[in-house]
Amino acid sequence: MRAEPGLLPIAFEEVSLRAGAHTILDRVSLAFRPGPPTALIGPNGSGKTSLIRVAMALIAPTGGRISWGGREATRMDRCAMVFQRPAMLRRTAESNVDFALSAAGHGRARRRARARELLDIVGLAALAGRPARRLSGGEQQRLALARALARDPEILFLDEPTASLDPAATKAVEELIAHVAGLGVKVVFATHDLGQARRVAGDIAFLARGRVVERAPADRFFATPATADAAAFVRGELVI
Amino acid sequence: MMRRFYFVVATTAALAAAFSVAAKDRSIVVASTTSTQDSGLFGHILPTFTARTGIEVKIVAQGTGQALDTGRRGDADVVFVHARAQEEKFVAEGHGVKRLDVMYNDFVLIGPTSDPAGVAGTRDARAALRSIAAKKAPFVSRGDRSGTHAAELSLWQAAGIDVARGKGPWYREIGQGMGAALNMAGTSESYVLSDRGTWISFKNRGALRIAVEGDRLLFNPYGIMLVNPARHPHVKAALGQSFIDWMVSREGQAAIGSYRIGGEQLFFPSAGDG
Amino acid sequence: MPEGISAWDLVIGGDATLYAIIALSLGVSLSATVLAAAIALPLGAFLALVEFPARASVVVVLNAFMGLPPVVVGLAFFLLLSRSGPLGFLGVLYTPEAMALAQAFLVLPIIAALARQAIEDLWIEYRDEFRAMRVGGAARVGALIRDARFSLVTAVLAGFGRAAAEVGTVMVVGGNIDGFTRTMTTAIALETSKGDLALAIGLGLVLIAVIVAVNALVWSVRRAGERIAG
Repeated sequence: MRAEPGLLPIAFEEVSLRAGAHTILDRVSLAFRPGPPTALIGPNGSGKTSLIRVAMALIAPTGGRISWGGREATRMDRCAMVFQRPAMLRRTAESNVDFALSAAGHGRARRRARARELLDIVGLAALAGRPARRLSGGEQQRLALARALARDPEILFLDEPTASLDPAATKAVEELIAHVAGLGVKVVFATHDLGQARRVAGDIAFLARGRVVERAPADRFFATPATADAAAFVRGELVI
Repeated sequence: MMRRFYFVVATTAALAAAFSVAAKDRSIVVASTTSTQDSGLFGHILPTFTARTGIEVKIVAQGTGQALDTGRRGDADVVFVHARAQEEKFVAEGHGVKRLDVMYNDFVLIGPTSDPAGVAGTRDARAALRSIAAKKAPFVSRGDRSGTHAAELSLWQAAGIDVARGKGPWYREIGQGMGAALNMAGTSESYVLSDRGTWISFKNRGALRIAVEGDRLLFNPYGIMLVNPARHPHVKAALGQSFIDWMVSREGQAAIGSYRIGGEQLFFPSAGDG
Repeated sequence: MPEGISAWDLVIGGDATLYAIIALSLGVSLSATVLAAAIALPLGAFLALVEFPARASVVVVLNAFMGLPPVVVGLAFFLLLSRSGPLGFLGVLYTPEAMALAQAFLVLPIIAALARQAIEDLWIEYRDEFRAMRVGGAARVGALIRDARFSLVTAVLAGFGRAAAEVGTVMVVGGNIDGFTRTMTTAIALETSKGDLALAIGLGLVLIAVIVAVNALVWSVRRAGERIAG
């Protein structure tokens, strides 16, 4: 364990993100705290992916403030992200994880053992020697998860982790997410799959048009959505 | 990864440097002509010279004009060509030390068996050329400032013909060497002036044969010159002079005279003939 | 060359002169390729990864130089290396070293442009992940070169193929000196102009065999790449 101040809570204060005339995030205020997984739900284009990228400090907001563990600039070592379509390095599965461990600063001796552990956790131990690009979609998603876990994150972001997977692969990934959350990692995942949000999330942030329209614990959100947009979305209607 | 690259570069450079140093030792560069090279003469006489002196002779074969330019630039130690007027100018300009006679060969007028100008078997070169011009029979010229080209042009002049007017229709300048000119003449049923040496070794004759030979105007003298070390200090004057001395010596002259193709002598030693 | 013997006999019989020509050709082109690659691969990586104001123009020029006519390169080096030229004091005109140097210049743009393309394509693919994983500059370059290694080898082989097949550069810079700077391509040009087509054809077949071998190597490198890296 490295002796560093924690990243959580990640606090957004009136964060805006504009690209030219287009507003992607519009005065977003929320916080990610330790606890059960948070689902970011909302229609396409609502800003879910951008919100995650800002939280990961991959993009700087054009307005507002964001802090990690109370600090405005910090080493972003213990956060990790799985992209919607994760890029596989042109190497074996094990080598991919090894690379992530190396980027996280682990020495060679430690990497070998830890890579095996991580592959075990995500259920890819048998495929360690296979070229990563020849894994199935679900397997690649799980490998990306192993790479993310290599950073020993406090908070793990997943952007539509099962969007292109079949039900069996989706189930495997959701079980992993639950397992990771159980280990104490804060999980924040974007999804347009309401069923998934119901199954996995502890609390919901509903976005539309770059704004956080509603934020509530999962039970309450689905039972009695407070806003008209959220209610419409839960019913399955189009919300633009 | 980068370190490996730089190591390879350093090694290559070192090898190259070592190579250059070794190769610079006892060798000279002689600028000569493609027709001389193509005749095979050098292959015959140089081994004897190298065996005697241990000096390696590197022949850069070009057209006469180019060979003289190579000497002017200092890129050769000795110049050995066959264009007397240009050679004397070369010495007069201070690029060469002295011009010495070495040998002569002769030119032959080659033509197609169909002989459109009706000159086959004659011995008068000027009359033949007049006939070719009159009948506008196709003629291939090297057009490359070579010794052969210079000889060809002076023959036309001696015959009183202005070939500039014939360019295109029947007189074709190709800007290439003797072999290429013969190839072109063969495929286009044209006349062409060639040195005898190239003609004898030329294998792709097709329907070409010698039309005119033996005219004194067709004789082709060779001269050898040391590139002036006063102009180009790096010239290997001593080694170059050894080569020149050998070429006009009894042994060198005998080697030249003994070169045969198909039983025929190509070059006639003429050192000391002035 | 001994007369009356066909080119095929020379190749099969292991004629020393012929083999010397082949050895020189391969030696010059190999040296040229190694030298060019040593500069072109880092250059390609640099152009792929570093943003600077004139970058687009440099890439355009580099791509254009892939099509440099060999004889023009030969002329340029001839003027440079002639005793009357700026680098004349080196005294390397009409030597194999000069030929290798000139050929290196000829193939450098090819290797650099192909390397840049390979690394840039991979970088675009990896960029997000590298940023999310906070991978540092040196580690990025190392990972890209390692993962693109098969494409980079292919780029180098493409350079070698071009070097081995060209005649304009080595003819002008080397002078086609018998036993010293005569390569397969210049020998073919010479024998053709002498009308000795049988020998020219024989040399041509050997040269084609070399080119085919290089392309077969490229193909098997690609296959290995797919097998190992996916």
